[in-house]
Amino acid sequence: MTAGVSDDLRAAIAVTRFGLGARPGELAAARPDPVAWLEGQIRPGGADQPAGALPDSRDRLMALLAYRDEVKDVKAEAKAAPSAEPSEPQAMSDSERRAKSPLQRERKVALRPLLDGVADEILARTVLAAETATPFRERWTLFWANHFTVSAVKVQSAVLVGPFEREAIRPHVFGRFEDLLVASSSHPGMLEYLDQARSAGPNSLAGQRRQMGLNENLAREIMELHSVGADAGYSQADVTEFARALTGWSIGGEREPAERQGRFLFRPQLHEPGARTVMGRTYPAGGEDEARRILADLAAHPATADHIARKLAVHFVADEPPPSLVVRLRTSFLDSRGDLAELARSLVTAPEAWEPAARKFKTPNEFLVSSYRAVGAVPAAAPHDVLQPLTALGQRPFSAPQPNGWSEQASDWAAPDAVVKRLTWAAGFADAHAPAEPVTLAQAALGVRLTSAVATAITRAESRSEALTLMLMSPEFQRR
Amino acid sequence: MTDSSRRDALKALGAVGVTFLAAPAIAASPAGDRKLVVIVCRGAMDGLSVAPPLGDPDYLALRGPIAIPADRALKLDADFGLHPKLATIAALAGQGQARIAPAVAIPERIRSHFEAQDLLETGGARLYGSATGWLNRALAASGPGRPIKALSIGAQSPLILKGPIETQSWSPGGRLTPDITRVSQALQELYLGDPLLGPALASGMQTEATADALGGLSVGQRDVKGFAVTAARFLTAEGGPQVAVISLTGFDTHANQGAAEGQLANHLQVLDDVVAGLQEGLGPAWSRTVVVAATEFGRTAHINGTGGTDHGTAGAMILAGGALKRGGIVGDWPTLKPDALFENRDLAPTLDVRQVFKGVLRDHLGLDRRTLDSRVFPDSAAAAPTANLVA
Repeated sequence: MTAGVSDDLRAAIAVTRFGLGARPGELAAARPDPVAWLEGQIRPGGADQPAGALPDSRDRLMALLAYRDEVKDVKAEAKAAPSAEPSEPQAMSDSERRAKSPLQRERKVALRPLLDGVADEILARTVLAAETATPFRERWTLFWANHFTVSAVKVQSAVLVGPFEREAIRPHVFGRFEDLLVASSSHPGMLEYLDQARSAGPNSLAGQRRQMGLNENLAREIMELHSVGADAGYSQADVTEFARALTGWSIGGEREPAERQGRFLFRPQLHEPGARTVMGRTYPAGGEDEARRILADLAAHPATADHIARKLAVHFVADEPPPSLVVRLRTSFLDSRGDLAELARSLVTAPEAWEPAARKFKTPNEFLVSSYRAVGAVPAAAPHDVLQPLTALGQRPFSAPQPNGWSEQASDWAAPDAVVKRLTWAAGFADAHAPAEPVTLAQAALGVRLTSAVATAITRAESRSEALTLMLMSPEFQRR
Repeated sequence: MTDSSRRDALKALGAVGVTFLAAPAIAASPAGDRKLVVIVCRGAMDGLSVAPPLGDPDYLALRGPIAIPADRALKLDADFGLHPKLATIAALAGQGQARIAPAVAIPERIRSHFEAQDLLETGGARLYGSATGWLNRALAASGPGRPIKALSIGAQSPLILKGPIETQSWSPGGRLTPDITRVSQALQELYLGDPLLGPALASGMQTEATADALGGLSVGQRDVKGFAVTAARFLTAEGGPQVAVISLTGFDTHANQGAAEGQLANHLQVLDDVVAGLQEGLGPAWSRTVVVAATEFGRTAHINGTGGTDHGTAGAMILAGGALKRGGIVGDWPTLKPDALFENRDLAPTLDVRQVFKGVLRDHLGLDRRTLDSRVFPDSAAAAPTANLVA
């Protein structure tokens, strides 16, 4: 292999494996020094934020509370006048029309602006991924957003997933892991998603006076998924103790002063009194700080270094990554005491990460984003361009089915039906974005990874859109 | 199928998280006309609400406001009721076509969803013991010269059907135009050396053609029953699949679980609708069908502090189908007495999930005991197949 070929191949690896797929001109930008191109994207200040005026979690939560008040009013009105018709029937969507009663229809009409807000958020985030000139920074961010999954399984987490990613994840992705862990564990989005906000110690004031008690969901998932991992050797008693420490971690409601509404709030009346013992360490009674101290120890635990190192290697390199890469990343995590910028540098300079064979099969989101990047376009409408295709391909944005996030395994995304769905979507996309010069576009997107077989198929295609479909569906484009 | 009805079908998939999988066995086998549907209820379905033990003196006190009231529960037997949303399953039980195993569990004591689902689906004796699914190995075990295809309906294929037997998959929303068919032929040449994409595309195109031939596989938004009817049409098609797996999600009820109504009730309604749709769609084949609905583990016996339940141990399994043998509950009831609870918090298991699966595979699909003990469920000789499940 000549030096020139090697540089071309390294550029292709940089933009696909570490980035989000080449935009026109990107391979040339990365080629002089692919590692420097990646390292230059690491920024202490964190990830980029999606463009546009997107409401923060406080505004979203207040809008949700207003919606709930409205539902109460509508219910009261419906009781008074049971035959009342909704005020704007002509503006109803299909699902609103299908709702059984006028009450349900009004509810859906009132809910729509909230859900439209979520769609705006998804579009802004996808546009950012499609057009960013610092795609490694964004892929690294999406990795952490999936690691700390908040999913739109209920309305209150649906409206908060976007703010969660912008407020708890993006600012910290190149900071200390402990800060990222604390930010995600205390954000209203996570507190709602994993049922923490109303968890009360049985011996707390609220636990004694009212029918309130412990919920261990957040504590369990922080240990199992976010930090030390399921095989770290903790017991049910450790989970329960950590859950007791977390009691009081809650969200400011309507009755709190304005500056506390919709934000993290420690409620001492929910907190379980006493000292805690978690994974062999004892923590003196400490109110709000009890859980913070436990989080600090979990963040620094060697099992966390193992867990994060393996997940990063799986995400960036291979479903079964080279063990030496996992060891390298683990060492970096421990030596730097969880400095994520240092960890990112270790990843992009690791020789194992530059093996030529592309072993990762793109997830639906990666496939869609890289397709837009290949043609130099961005999605324009959330439902048609993003939500419908990704739902069909099994990866509706912000909607991972479980707290462990989206799968990394090729076999989960390459089922026969899914491949046909990719093909039908690619054909429709290619109709809308057919290039003047398909071979030039393929070279700009794949660089030296464009094989002669694919290049030949493209030149033989019946139409420009068929040529683009073949490029998008080629084995080289489907992998990274 | 119109574009809008295809979109609706997709929404239905997204809305309830339904995945169908099917695997045809060969017509020449003794059990060739038997159908098996496995429903995986993800998130740890609460067995104490599925089949409330109304005769157990500790039930109401443990569950408080989320206990299913006796006057709302549907009749199962003298000791157990059924959740009010399980109307189809209750009606089937009345005809001897549905039974409950109220206290089953996977072989290891795990309270992680993801690890427990892995174990439920791999059929291993211990965690990480196997990377393939027990259903795929059961198909593989039906012997040489009996090629079996497997079909999954849904965007992703679950672990239970992963393994040496190649699987097909299908979900609503595809569209075979002449253009797509032509491009797929060109792609097949590019996929010649690709062990992942080549077989997947070939299988997917073939299944899509079958779906087109069946015609009009349309279902409306959130029409779960219609979706199950559609799945049943695959099962009953000429040369169609013999075994199907369905995944339902949303059973993780840590807060506001509800009782006769509420969050869990809505998901149990989906489960009941799936069974109703299967029964309707299978028609005469229902009499040769067993449906098994299983979950990774049960939930805590006691209500938690936020009106829900946390991760527990034993849960309920539901068996239904015209091929089922009439009988009472499957396995023993450990009771909810404080000293009978596992680790002082969960319903204790009296039966291993593998025993039920093995009983069905042996008596319904004709697999032999030795194969079940070693290949399908490795190191499981001590877990005897549950007898007398299938007529």
